[in-house]
Amino acid sequence: MTKQVPTSIDDTLKLLRSTGYVAGRVLATVAFLSLKMGRPLFLEGEAGVGKTEIAKVLAETLGRKLIRLQCYEGLDISSAVYEWNYAAQMIEIRLAEASGELDRGRLGQDIFAERFLIRRALLQALDAPKGEAPVLLIDELDRTDEAFEAFLLEVLSDFQVTIPELGTIRAAEPPIVIITSNRTREVHDALKRRCLYHWVGYPDARRELEIVRARRPGASETLAQEVVLFVQSLRGGDLYKAPGVAETLDWVTALHELDAMSLDPQTVNDTLGVLLKYQDDISRMQGTEAKRILDQIKDEIRTMAHT
Amino acid sequence: MNPFSTPANQNQRPLSGRLADNIMHFARVLREAGIPVGPGAVLDALDAAMMGSLRTRDDFYWTLHAVFVKRRDQREVFDQAFHVFWKKPKMLEQLMQLFFHQVARDAGEKAKQAGFRRLAEAMFDARESQSQQREKKDDIEIDASFTASAQEVLRRKDFEQMTVAEQAEARAAIARLRLLRSEIMTRRWQHAQDGAAIDMRRTLKGSMRAGGHFIDLARREKAWREPPLVVLCDISGSCSNYSRMFLHFLHALTNDRDRVQVFLFGTRLTNVTRELKRRDIDEAMAKVSGAVKDWSGGTRIGTSLREFNYRWARRVLTQGAEVLIMTDGLDREDTDTLANEMERLRRQTKRIIWLNPLLRYDGFEAVAGGIRAMMPHVDEFRPVHSLDSLRDLVVALAGPASGGHGARNWIRKALH
Repeated sequence: MTKQVPTSIDDTLKLLRSTGYVAGRVLATVAFLSLKMGRPLFLEGEAGVGKTEIAKVLAETLGRKLIRLQCYEGLDISSAVYEWNYAAQMIEIRLAEASGELDRGRLGQDIFAERFLIRRALLQALDAPKGEAPVLLIDELDRTDEAFEAFLLEVLSDFQVTIPELGTIRAAEPPIVIITSNRTREVHDALKRRCLYHWVGYPDARRELEIVRARRPGASETLAQEVVLFVQSLRGGDLYKAPGVAETLDWVTALHELDAMSLDPQTVNDTLGVLLKYQDDISRMQGTEAKRILDQIKDEIRTMAHT
Repeated sequence: MNPFSTPANQNQRPLSGRLADNIMHFARVLREAGIPVGPGAVLDALDAAMMGSLRTRDDFYWTLHAVFVKRRDQREVFDQAFHVFWKKPKMLEQLMQLFFHQVARDAGEKAKQAGFRRLAEAMFDARESQSQQREKKDDIEIDASFTASAQEVLRRKDFEQMTVAEQAEARAAIARLRLLRSEIMTRRWQHAQDGAAIDMRRTLKGSMRAGGHFIDLARREKAWREPPLVVLCDISGSCSNYSRMFLHFLHALTNDRDRVQVFLFGTRLTNVTRELKRRDIDEAMAKVSGAVKDWSGGTRIGTSLREFNYRWARRVLTQGAEVLIMTDGLDREDTDTLANEMERLRRQTKRIIWLNPLLRYDGFEAVAGGIRAMMPHVDEFRPVHSLDSLRDLVVALAGPASGGHGARNWIRKALH
């Protein structure tokens, strides 16, 4: 059942939090504006900060279908918008021949009928009946090339696509569009201009703790606090790839599975692979460095408890 | 959104006059401060402000931020502009004072915060700064009537030994160089007469045209395209003469091709791609020297490469990018970092070409620590000291790695 879009920033915030997505007020503001103004939401940020997640949460809370277009290099119309079912078309031609059908126009119409059309993500998103506009997630747009971006520009400004054999298909109701980018390439300004832009950064310690509590309620409070402080201090340090929120949650899960109630140097060393994904970073952390950080955050927690 | 359709909306829900005016003025300030804000964005901002859900100043801030800011690096300017414009009315007076102060006095005063200055200029008329801009000189046409032998000499001459006039001539020659770069296969298809794969969509369409009696196969193949090029250029004292000339070459390169990224380094790394994009070479050079703080200083190749690897590599080394490094490799500081970072760079790119001005000496051998550290990780090792060597480079970029300049030969030579 589709629900109405929220009517205020506070509503949006509540809506997002209702499924355990702990959004800051800033993100809620942008999301609210995007829903209200019917503009695509362009989210940029490091990997694993919850860009994709927000689309899933919006689809879930608003009772919409989620349609995901994962971008990659070489993505083209036949895999993003539509494709004809060639095998079925060939059979149709053979059948027409066998039954002596000779009318060229008729055959053309039969072959390029809707039943031979394979709908890909973008067409599905535009083709939904009124009142059931889906959430369209265009994920990692920076992975495609400029040509696809230019095509998307047309789709996103008019919410319509043209299939030469069938005609123009226009959305009865524009879908809710979320675009994400990891910024491995600068996306063109013309596309960004049509969207509301937001940079999703790493959350601060307090909010990250909230996220851990909301998403991993089983983990002990001590463990959650220590993990969050540990990850936060890693992000401040000199790593090739700092861990995102997704890694934090993975780590909590892993530690919880190992029945750890709090962090100790040995467990940290054993499970670093969950948190860090580059060998250089792991080898830097292993041994005394992890212990140093651990001592530091335990001090911190102690002083927090005193005050 | 069609900008002409929005006024109708406004009639339905009129925004109080003052706020609308102020948003418009604010947009103008942003535009002057360098954030490209079009009229469409202003209308969006008015729409957004009318959504009626703004509770706090922060909400207002992020509402305008969502509409006006389109790139991460615009946040600073927006932030300052917002606070100056909306928050502190007294700040405006201070700013005004600062500005008129500056006009009255000579510019010898301590440099103010950069964003602040830019903003001050944006808010109060840009006339002052415009008048300071130098008048453009009339273009001097270069006398191209050199004899063949004079050109011959010039082509081989070391940039460092050229006279001013010769350097000017060399620069003109560089500007005329055109690059042909080797292409790599992309994952995109294109129509081709004798392609390897069958293009079903065209095949069936063509077949319909003939009434479905014949199925004439249309073919397609993978499209080819030049890969992005990333240039890292050393501008420290020991290379500065060559790097200045090389910059002219890079200017020709960036204006000729898309997807070229240029970084300069001495003790720190600066991305000058945007500055080099100016069509006019003098303007581009002025912009570049404005952006770079460490001309002709020391060199820390290892740390600069590290900065590149950490901050830029993931953003610019995509889609099969090639890397061009111009440096003499004389980094005495920390060869371990240098070797590590070269290795990391190696893992992220298909082809590294090292241009070294030291190669102008006949007796050059790869013995210095920094050079030994870098050498195992590069594919090609080439000179850049004369027009001829640049021309060779142009040819090299068009083809696969060639034997004569392969880095292995140099290592082997040094070992013997």
